[in-house]
Amino acid sequence: MAGQEQKRPPRRDDEDTPAPAAPVAQRQDAARTAEVDDLLDEIDGVLETNAEEFVHGFVQKGGQ
Amino acid sequence: MSVRRVMGTETEYGITRPGDPRANPVALSGLVVRAYATEAGPQRALPTGSGWDYADETPLRDARGFEVARALADISQLTDVDDPATANSVLSNGARLYVDHAHPEYSSPEVLTPRDVVRWDRAGDEVMLTAAAALAAQGDQIRLYKNNVDGKGASYGTHENYLVPREVPFLTIAAGLLPFFVARQVLVGAGRVGLGQFSEQPGFQVSQRADYMEAEIGLETTLKRPIVNTRDEPHAFGEKYRRLHVIVGDATLCDVATLLKVGTTSLVLGLIEAGAAPALELADPVAAIRAISHDPGLTRQVALQDGRDLTALEILAAYREAVENHLGTDVDDDTREVLRHWDAVAADLGEDPMRCVGRVDWVTKLAVLEGYRRRDGLEWGDPRLAAIDIQWSELDPARGLAARMRASGRLETLVGPDEVREAMVVPPEDTRAWFRGQCVSRYAGQVRAASWDSVVFEPAPGTRGLRRVQLPEPLRGSRADIEPLLDSVSGVDDLLAHLVSRDG
Repeated sequence: MAGQEQKRPPRRDDEDTPAPAAPVAQRQDAARTAEVDDLLDEIDGVLETNAEEFVHGFVQKGGQ
Repeated sequence: MSVRRVMGTETEYGITRPGDPRANPVALSGLVVRAYATEAGPQRALPTGSGWDYADETPLRDARGFEVARALADISQLTDVDDPATANSVLSNGARLYVDHAHPEYSSPEVLTPRDVVRWDRAGDEVMLTAAAALAAQGDQIRLYKNNVDGKGASYGTHENYLVPREVPFLTIAAGLLPFFVARQVLVGAGRVGLGQFSEQPGFQVSQRADYMEAEIGLETTLKRPIVNTRDEPHAFGEKYRRLHVIVGDATLCDVATLLKVGTTSLVLGLIEAGAAPALELADPVAAIRAISHDPGLTRQVALQDGRDLTALEILAAYREAVENHLGTDVDDDTREVLRHWDAVAADLGEDPMRCVGRVDWVTKLAVLEGYRRRDGLEWGDPRLAAIDIQWSELDPARGLAARMRASGRLETLVGPDEVREAMVVPPEDTRAWFRGQCVSRYAGQVRAASWDSVVFEPAPGTRGLRRVQLPEPLRGSRADIEPLLDSVSGVDDLLAHLVSRDG
């Protein structure tokens, strides 16, 4: 195994297949946004209705 | 080299009683501990009136070789004073459940693999949920949070413990760990809304704990917290072992993050023990841990003493390469599992952190927060985002966001719910935790106290002399080691007679 491949910028100098990269990434972004939106719809129902009061009331004593 | 070593976690849970902001958190925490012990019954949890055997605890001993004078110690460092107002129990899974400062704490049993850390760590969450459910049934609503900050200045810990050979000099361990701990948060940080100890500035950061780290190395855990903690309480043969007590980490709810937190750290300790840690020395570790935490884009470079500037991912890559060079040919499955996740998460963080949703807590939390920012146009200072940050870590899946994401299959899980529920009751088999846990389940009425390295018996009801069985070797007292004896003896008296003759 070759340790941690340095995966910095995707090698643009190879210029093998520059064209398909962007649409794939866009499709992934769109799918991801849809997934997150589904999740938010689900979460909306359980979120504290008075966020400010909830945050204000969450006070802890310091520990270790 | 292997990830396998004796290790465990301790979690102090955040606690509230909604509608009762003046409730005493110490008393609330005591209610939680007692509720679990009562609900579980004596064969699964020692009654909270039983003691913790403090005979060998030395929280004021420093790994650098001196002891803080008790009179000079801050009172909150004195953890070995038995306070009757607080509750303590030892569970049949080998864990300790008690009140630490103003939080209910679950200290997991000693395990040998990162996967078992995940399993017995999550068992602690279930213990807390069971306690909260028992209290709710009595009409007392208590909420428990697996996080480390309240956003208003208070921080409480999720600690890791690793058994390390005594012969490795502590300052060598500290030097090898400092750059690693500064960088590790990008793999295993829990994410936090707010910058600064009091959330003075709006924003998002990678780690819960980074802003509370104020020193490189030190003994304190409640003030002037150090990145590398020097508490030297081995709970084992002191001439053979030290217990490395790690306070820099966050509580994690993603299984992959928990696995990586302890798995990568165990490997780095292996490097240090072999004298093979990469030669890295940060110019200013305290500033670096904050700078990296405050940069979720992961492009921030931090300065090294030798003049180089590296990102957190580059620092981690140097450790990963050193691990690769010292792995050897015989690599066990537990180590392979950790390396596979380490490589995948590091590569994905380098390409696009959002690929790590479901595996890395801070990324998963950030995805939810960014979703709300986009959909509802929220600024970072909006209290709704701070509320989501808190609610993220609530244990109850009815409200806890990470718990809901796990329930709906959005978090990658490494251990199933049945394994976790079993681990609430059953101890790990390959350390002395097995003996401790079995003593609770087999001899419930006759165990008067216990600690990490002892079990104190009352040989016969009403007799005065207590008998202590000491377990200074964490690898002895495993199931293979002691089950035949436990199965063959007629009771505590018989067991003690056999243990005496074995040791004699």
